Amino acid sequence: MTGSKTGPDSHLKTYLLIGVMIIAGPLGNVLLGKGMKGIGTLAIWPPVQLLLTGEKILSSPFIWLGIASLITFFVAYMLVLSWADYSFVQPTASLAYGVVALLGYFMLGEHISLMRWAGIAVICLGVFVVGRTSPKTTSPEGDTV
Amino acid sequence: MRDFILFFLIVVAGTGGELCVSRAMKVVGEAPSFHPRQMLRVILRALTVPWMWIGVGMMAVAFFALLGALSLYNVSFVVPVTALSYVAGAFGGVTFLRERVSPARWLGVLLVAIGVTLVFFGNK
Repeated sequence: MTGSKTGPDSHLKTYLLIGVMIIAGPLGNVLLGKGMKGIGTLAIWPPVQLLLTGEKILSSPFIWLGIASLITFFVAYMLVLSWADYSFVQPTASLAYGVVALLGYFMLGEHISLMRWAGIAVICLGVFVVGRTSPKTTSPEGDTV
Repeated sequence: MRDFILFFLIVVAGTGGELCVSRAMKVVGEAPSFHPRQMLRVILRALTVPWMWIGVGMMAVAFFALLGALSLYNVSFVVPVTALSYVAGAFGGVTFLRERVSPARWLGVLLVAIGVTLVFFGNK
């Protein structure tokens, strides 16, 4: 199982960036969740209400921290996909579904039923299996992507 | 109905956006190193690819739908449900791109669907 197409140096880069993805992605979602929970019901009609709601959302520090965290995730994801195989990055990144539940439990005190834990575990497994199969299923011009 | 629209946008716009961004990054090519200047150059070059903008637009739609869903439900419920994007991806690939999806991949998609179902009913 090789994670990347080029030399051993990019292995370290790959694992480092996948680590950043697995932490920053779930953390961003949890921060957004915390921010949105503090805003209450979202009125979107009439349009004036939509503006007011937007203003409330953008004035929450948790939303901005969440966005910063998700941007970090996104940049790491873009960079790692520019050299590593999708079929290596994706199964490893499936751990993020477990991390988001752990962070929700510890940071937000969310109640997570046994059934939800089981579901999340099955999702991780499923994403892992999806990721291990080759995403290249057609090669019309025989090109190497 | 409101919930259906929110999750539909998160899954479909999010998956579509990722496909476009991934396509754009393949055009841009590998980031040669961690040097800030070179990373910036890769990012700037990515911004010149139209696929990147289409992808970013779709991801913005998915983002606001995600905010809406998070105001209604716990994050440990919303994020696992968005894993439906793998199911959407497989069906989208078969329907729109005429891809052949291997049995192993269908197994993974089935597992994701079962997991989301468990999460969904674990919320009651």
